[in-house]
Amino acid sequence: MTGEDLSLVLSSFWPIVSGAITGTIPLALCSFAIGLVLAVVVALMRLSRIRVVSGLARFYISVVRGTPLLVQLFVIFYGLPSIGLLVDPWPSAIAAFSINVGGYAAEIVRAAILSVPKGQWEAAHMIGMSHSVALRRIILPQAARVSVPPLSNTFISLVKDTSLASLILVNELFRTTQEIAAFSGEFMLLYLEAALVYWIICLVLSAVQNGLEKRLDRYVAH
Amino acid sequence: MSRTESLLAVRSLAKSFGAEQVLRSIDLDVPAGTVTTLIGPSGSGKTTLLRCLNGLEVPDAGTVAVAGGPAVDFGGKVSKKTLGELRDRSAMVFQHYNLFPHKTVLENVVEGPVVVQKRPRAEAAADATRLLERVGLAAKRDDFPFSLSGGQQQRVGIVRALALRPKLLLFDEPTSALDAELVGEVLSLMKQLASEGWTMLVATHELQFAREVANEVLFMDGGVIVERGAPAQVLGNPREERTRRFVQRLTDPL
Ligand SMILES: Nc1ncnc2c1ncn2[C@@H]1O[C@H](COP(=O)(O)OP(=O)(O)OP(=O)(O)O)[C@@H](O)[C@H]1O
Ligand SMILES: [Mg+2]
Repeated sequence: MTGEDLSLVLSSFWPIVSGAITGTIPLALCSFAIGLVLAVVVALMRLSRIRVVSGLARFYISVVRGTPLLVQLFVIFYGLPSIGLLVDPWPSAIAAFSINVGGYAAEIVRAAILSVPKGQWEAAHMIGMSHSVALRRIILPQAARVSVPPLSNTFISLVKDTSLASLILVNELFRTTQEIAAFSGEFMLLYLEAALVYWIICLVLSAVQNGLEKRLDRYVAH
Repeated sequence: MSRTESLLAVRSLAKSFGAEQVLRSIDLDVPAGTVTTLIGPSGSGKTTLLRCLNGLEVPDAGTVAVAGGPAVDFGGKVSKKTLGELRDRSAMVFQHYNLFPHKTVLENVVEGPVVVQKRPRAEAAADATRLLERVGLAAKRDDFPFSLSGGQQQRVGIVRALALRPKLLLFDEPTSALDAELVGEVLSLMKQLASEGWTMLVATHELQFAREVANEVLFMDGGVIVERGAPAQVLGNPREERTRRFVQRLTDPL
């Protein structure tokens, strides 16, 4: 690496990181939070005994998982305006990513709820709890423990997937990198640098995930 | 024995799962302050009967009355409210304890009183601590269930039931999941409760407990109560061949 290369890498580092801080990270956090709420609702709908309700949830999950994220993103940003619904880049991206996370995480949440032993429902009902109170106080906290590892993986995937938002003009990490690369012509160096920043973010997230799992493990035998 | 003071009165109770009739016209009375044990082979319907009494299972027909409450008739539609009121009168101790693993021992015990019965937390916690002291587990009140032995967990299960202030205690094979050396601590606690006048219905394979503690023993098979009477009679000198064979098998498995 020449001195020129090095100074380009160093001078572009802060703009790329700031693209992460103002773009990638808030985009991922917002979408994940909304997606998680959506996922719990869809998971409960999917578990409903009412056929129409569980059918709707099944349909939603099937569509989300059966179509590319990039296509979902384009339908919202480039497709909706043609039926008169103009949505800005940021809301479009958040909507697409939330809907996507909602579909994937719903299956995780559903499996976690089903993994809680039936005896827990029985004990909850025995002490007089209604279905909804039992769900909130006894079942979901235990399901949350089970779903932390797979949900962390979903979040880490989401962080990387937000790079797709560069294609609908959201100024996040990758779009920032593209602009600098195009301007300087140093594609290899800058894209490697972008990869490095994504990697660092994911390493930090993995560490957070481990800490969270340890904390939640305190009531489980080893 | 007078039947007029029944704390639990069950008439013609029936329950099927699909085509399988698990309970067929069960009649049952448990006088206040007495202990009734329920024995019978696996699949005879003991658990299902207890679950029906606690509203965990909805019977197809028959009536259940607990502690002066109305006789709930399952022949017709039973509202959630009625079922809830029936459930409130009894509390159940499970074979596998079913403690809440994400809550401490104390939280397990006060969950029902505080969240469901809306009693003040401080008062419920004081009650719970007193109960835990009685069963020798006060030191464990802030521990999570996984760190307790099976016998300790089941004693917490019993305290959780007591804390609900029920009229009737239902036990579903409370010692079956325990290692042999831990059975005694749970049975002696149950014996103590019996001597304090709790009304108890206990499904169990512990014939010695039935002999010593029970006022009446019921032998169930194939969803019917085949024989009932004083422990000495049912266990010592059964009238029915099926009872005799079952007792024989439990006393002398070889
Ligand atoms: N939820 C259910 N769905 C279908 N069948 C059931 C259900 N619960 C119980 N049964 C059936 O009802 C019968 C009685 O079961 P139950 O658990 O009441 O017997 P038990 O006397 O408690 O046996 P054990 O000594 O093994 O605990 C069994 O044949 C069982 O398979
Ligand atoms: Mg049973």
